[in-house]
Amino acid sequence: MDRLKTLLFLTSVVILLCLPAYSQTSIDSTAAVKPAVESPASPTNVVAKDTKNDDGSAMDISWQLSPDDKRLVTKYVVLRSKSPNGPFVGIGSTTKGQSFYTDNGDTVGVSYYYKVAAVNELKTADGQVVVGSSESSMVGPVKPVAQWFNLRRTDVLIWLFITCAAILFYIMQAKSGKELYVRKIAGIDAVDDAIGRATEMGRKVFFVPGIQDMDDVATIAAITILGRVARICATNETMLDVPVSKSLVMVTARESVREAYSRVGRPDAFKEDQVHYVTDDQFGYAAAIDGMVMRDKPAAMFYMGGFFAEALILAETGNNAGAIQIAGTNQPAQIPFFVAACDYTLIGEELFAASAYLEREPRLLGSLKGQDFAKGLFLLAIFLLLILAMLGVNWVTIMDVS
Amino acid sequence: MKREIPLIITFVAGVAFVLQYFIPHYPFNRFENLFSDWFSIVGAFAIWLGALSLIKLCLLNISKKAHDWPISLLIIVCFLAIVVAGAIDGFNGLKNVPTTSFRDPGTNFDWLYQNVYTPLSATMFAILAFFVASASYRAFRARNTAATLLLLSAFFVMIGRVPIGDYLSAWLPPSWQLSQWANWLMAFPNTAGQRAVMIGIALGTVSTSLRIILGIERAHLEG
Repeated sequence: MDRLKTLLFLTSVVILLCLPAYSQTSIDSTAAVKPAVESPASPTNVVAKDTKNDDGSAMDISWQLSPDDKRLVTKYVVLRSKSPNGPFVGIGSTTKGQSFYTDNGDTVGVSYYYKVAAVNELKTADGQVVVGSSESSMVGPVKPVAQWFNLRRTDVLIWLFITCAAILFYIMQAKSGKELYVRKIAGIDAVDDAIGRATEMGRKVFFVPGIQDMDDVATIAAITILGRVARICATNETMLDVPVSKSLVMVTARESVREAYSRVGRPDAFKEDQVHYVTDDQFGYAAAIDGMVMRDKPAAMFYMGGFFAEALILAETGNNAGAIQIAGTNQPAQIPFFVAACDYTLIGEELFAASAYLEREPRLLGSLKGQDFAKGLFLLAIFLLLILAMLGVNWVTIMDVS
Repeated sequence: MKREIPLIITFVAGVAFVLQYFIPHYPFNRFENLFSDWFSIVGAFAIWLGALSLIKLCLLNISKKAHDWPISLLIIVCFLAIVVAGAIDGFNGLKNVPTTSFRDPGTNFDWLYQNVYTPLSATMFAILAFFVASASYRAFRARNTAATLLLLSAFFVMIGRVPIGDYLSAWLPPSWQLSQWANWLMAFPNTAGQRAVMIGIALGTVSTSLRIILGIERAHLEG
């Protein structure tokens, strides 16, 4: 009997001890239940089709907005699966009011199934996120396809074809012996005078080929001009200094200068260190050249190639040193700075025309003529389209080949 | 063959690049990344040539006691300091779990970068402001009709871009205030000029590229 009493007593104690814990658990469980959130109606008419003019890695998904778009929807989530049975995984989302999404993570030839879910996502006062959503019906299977031609670039192809045809036509004309008139370019005509001045003064000529690498066409154009400058310097026995900011440019420029010295029969006058690497860093390069210019006081300076913020720093220092300066760049934003600080500036396509102009080789001059012809066509096209636009005909601007 | 092989490589690479612009299908869609990777690899090897050229030139200057040879000494000291700091930090980083880079905050290399390189670079950039002023002073002198037009344009753009411009012209109708003059100059004559230059550059690029691809332009190969 005593044992029974003790057992009852202990049981009561255990129950009493557990009660607060039980009641606490009950409260927590109540708190864990998220407040109900209304699910919006699902989007309809989901359409998945291959993205045009791509490499087969994308699919365009469009849908009709949920009737609750303005009231409940916070976003649409696009779901994708490789099987009609799922699992469907969210691959991206759009904000409410948007009914289009491009899935850029597809693989060519693989079938995909898509759904779109309208989501109502709310944040409660205690920071919890509660979600109500409804999914559209599934669409698919759809396969992304890679195209063999990007139709959006048809206009570029047409203009490229016209430009190339004009250039090739005039090259053939030049090869057949026809005399071609090429307009004077003051900046290029001044090259000989600038080097001549350096020769008379017994000072150096500096050639700065910009801060772009050999993958930039302006640098290639600069190297071609460097060849010509090096030849005149070699003939005149004028010291040429070429500080470069890219190793590959150094290698190419060095070969170009070496060949130029050989061509005029002065290979012994060429020194490898004439073409030397300084640094890849933009402002470090500018600082180094500024220092060299202030120490050596060159009589002529050439800036040809790709330049950015260092353009004016270099050109103003050269101006302070009293050098004749000729510049050319393919960076439109830097041209005004060169115009302000240099004696001559090659504007726009003149940088690319320089080698043909200097060489006077018929085929190169033919390409120059073709380039000018294409420019004339562009001007004509712009003028005609301007007239059409003023008359209210704007079929070109609204043309869509997608 | 010394000339022909570079020309063949140039032709093949050039045509491949043109094709990849218009053809999105495999394998053309890979060309851009492929060539870019090759260029980076070749460039990574070539950086040694540049570094060696720099060191060689500086050592020559020092050995000949050439003019301003202490600058060459300074270049070598700085070059070695940053290389050694980066190498030590790099090797130490390999011992850490997970491994850390020499560029991570707190490394010696990072300290040099933040406290030496960045201020020096910023200083050079800041000098630009003074050069803009001196270049503008020369460019804006009314020596002839074109220079006078440039001066007037610059005057209206500059005064139209600061609050005092509209303050001075507050008595005019809103569409005639100086800020509107500046906007008009930038939106029409300036944009037209910029676009003309850009069309010229684009055509020049096409023409030069075509000459290089077809092997007509060889000056960059042979001087």
